[in-house]
Amino acid sequence: MGRVVLVTGISRDIGRRFARAAAADPSVERVIGVDVVPPRGDIGDVSFVRADIRNPVIAKVLAKEDVDTVVHMSVIATPGSAGGRGTMKELNVIGSMQLLAACQKSTTVERLVVKSTTTVYGSSPRDPAMFTEDMGPKRLPSSGYAKDVYEIEGYVRGFARRRPDVSVTMVRAANVIGPHVSSPLTNYFRLPVVPRVLGFDPRLQFLHEDDLMGVLRHAATRDVHGTFNVAGDGIMTLSQAVRRLGRPSVALPGFAVGRLGATMRQARISDFSPEQLGFLTYGRGVDTTRMRTVLGFEPRFTTAEAFADFCRELAPAPEGAARA
Amino acid sequence: MPEEARRSSGEDAVVIPIGTGGRPGRGTGSARPSAAARNLACAKKAAPRTRPAAPRVERTTERTAERTPDPDGIPVGEWLAALQGAAHEVFGPDWERRLAELLAFVRRRLEGHYEVDDYGFDRELTERFFMAALRPIAQKWFRLEVRGLENIPADGGALVVSNHSGTVPLDGLMTMLTVHDHTGRFLRPLGADLVFRMPVVSSLARKSGATLACVEDAERMLSGGDLVGVWPEGFKGIGKPFSERYKLQRFGRGGFVSAALRTGVPIIPLSVVGAEEIYPLVGNVPSLARLLGVPYIPITPFFPWLGPLGMVPLPSKWILEFGEPIRTDAYDAAEAEDPMLVFNVTDQVRETIQHTLFDLLRERDGVFS
Repeated sequence: MGRVVLVTGISRDIGRRFARAAAADPSVERVIGVDVVPPRGDIGDVSFVRADIRNPVIAKVLAKEDVDTVVHMSVIATPGSAGGRGTMKELNVIGSMQLLAACQKSTTVERLVVKSTTTVYGSSPRDPAMFTEDMGPKRLPSSGYAKDVYEIEGYVRGFARRRPDVSVTMVRAANVIGPHVSSPLTNYFRLPVVPRVLGFDPRLQFLHEDDLMGVLRHAATRDVHGTFNVAGDGIMTLSQAVRRLGRPSVALPGFAVGRLGATMRQARISDFSPEQLGFLTYGRGVDTTRMRTVLGFEPRFTTAEAFADFCRELAPAPEGAARA
Repeated sequence: MPEEARRSSGEDAVVIPIGTGGRPGRGTGSARPSAAARNLACAKKAAPRTRPAAPRVERTTERTAERTPDPDGIPVGEWLAALQGAAHEVFGPDWERRLAELLAFVRRRLEGHYEVDDYGFDRELTERFFMAALRPIAQKWFRLEVRGLENIPADGGALVVSNHSGTVPLDGLMTMLTVHDHTGRFLRPLGADLVFRMPVVSSLARKSGATLACVEDAERMLSGGDLVGVWPEGFKGIGKPFSERYKLQRFGRGGFVSAALRTGVPIIPLSVVGAEEIYPLVGNVPSLARLLGVPYIPITPFFPWLGPLGMVPLPSKWILEFGEPIRTDAYDAAEAEDPMLVFNVTDQVRETIQHTLFDLLRERDGVFS
């Protein structure tokens, strides 16, 4: 008897692709995708249930389908698709709380995998070079995605305490990059001229989208408990990334980049949140020793290779336009 | 071969103008016109004078004289020869290889195909650019004298602890250069968080191998086998008034000692004499410093009065003495939690540096000699 996996946030590309990949796994019997809106692409063998994780209906889905593995991926980074910051926060925090409440009530759930992010560590000049899993942010996030994720992680820890029989894996993924990814960071690199903060050269770490799929599948099919940083090996600096991308960049003082970001957000060109400005100023690095030793996962792409793959997809069209 | 020919011709060419080769020249009272007059009359006449010494050079002068009115300009071959000569002058005998290396370096930099380590350390840039820029300052301006180099281990982690002085942390840069030039290892400095908050400084610091002075980074670097440099006095040391020169300030909270104890690496005390005099700090503007969020605004006898000229450091003579390593591997890693032990080791390091400083001060003849 295979596993029954419930995936939240399936309407987004990455959730849909993970659900399909999980359905192809031999140890998985059934995959149920849940979201408020139906997924746009092909979902293959995945059965879609239209449910809002913000209300208790989700508990009924868990019970009815005999779900034993829950993969929570519906934490969104940008308010863009959801409508506004208020909706985004509600979707992220309240949705996660409801889902956790449903899991706590459920008698069938044995495993919970939460896709978190290294954004929880924040970015500041007082950061250590590499964050390990037991370090926290130097300054608590005050708003936005980072705060949502920080709160969600708190609820997940609370759940793990209350249900010690459920194995809880929290995957703190570095910035996911790849040809199909649309995130604030990839949109930033897709800008025709990349704005940089004058006098700072942040260290960046990337995780290839295939490796994100890989690690979530790995976590969903194995019994490992704990929090893990997941990132490609190595570090790149922003200046290096921009040069490899072959895009022109312009260095502006920090406040000007902030203004520009706000303007672009209003114009819906790019989502340039304050925490992203911090990231592009001070950067961040995470230690992935536990990913190898405890989780037993080996990413296929290094940071540089993941970025090169992203560049390959990006290069042909805009390069001609930029040169013209 | 052509290089040799050129060099010999160059040497001879220096000799020629001194004697006129036995022929009558200017002011000899001879019937023949003077050299200047002959040059005016016909440019070609000048050529035979260089002919015996430098056949190659002479040929080029002859040609350019003939072809000046040529609308085609200087032939490509001549340009190439000139460039070749220039490259030879700039890069030395094996200029071809070195020029190729330089171009490859520039290309790598522009395309971003270089490696940085986890801390953002750009080894290539540091070796080829930062170190090269600092070397003349160290050798010609501060005339660094280094002692006790044998105390720096050839491999494995070690913690270099130094006094801090000079208003601007030039002593850190000079120590990094010294360690690299004499042992081939890179000293990885630990910097205050202010360093990483300041634009430009922060990215330069990371690229040259620095990281934040915190327990996590210190232990990570030391257990990774790096040579780490700390200046535990911090801003108290570097920004102390000139009247307190060579008096060690408080050594922080001893965090560097507990990091060394936990990783079991030796502590190498380093005493730097000479850095105190480069910018004699005679005053401070605390209100402006608070406004800008920096620890002090220096006033020296020359800064800010002379503007940018006041930023030139005084050419004091420096002595760097690396002391005997203080071993910590005899202690258990758990003993790093014992505050009394940490304080004792901290004091031991501090006393060693202070006494070496006094000895060096007694020994030196003068500040600038």
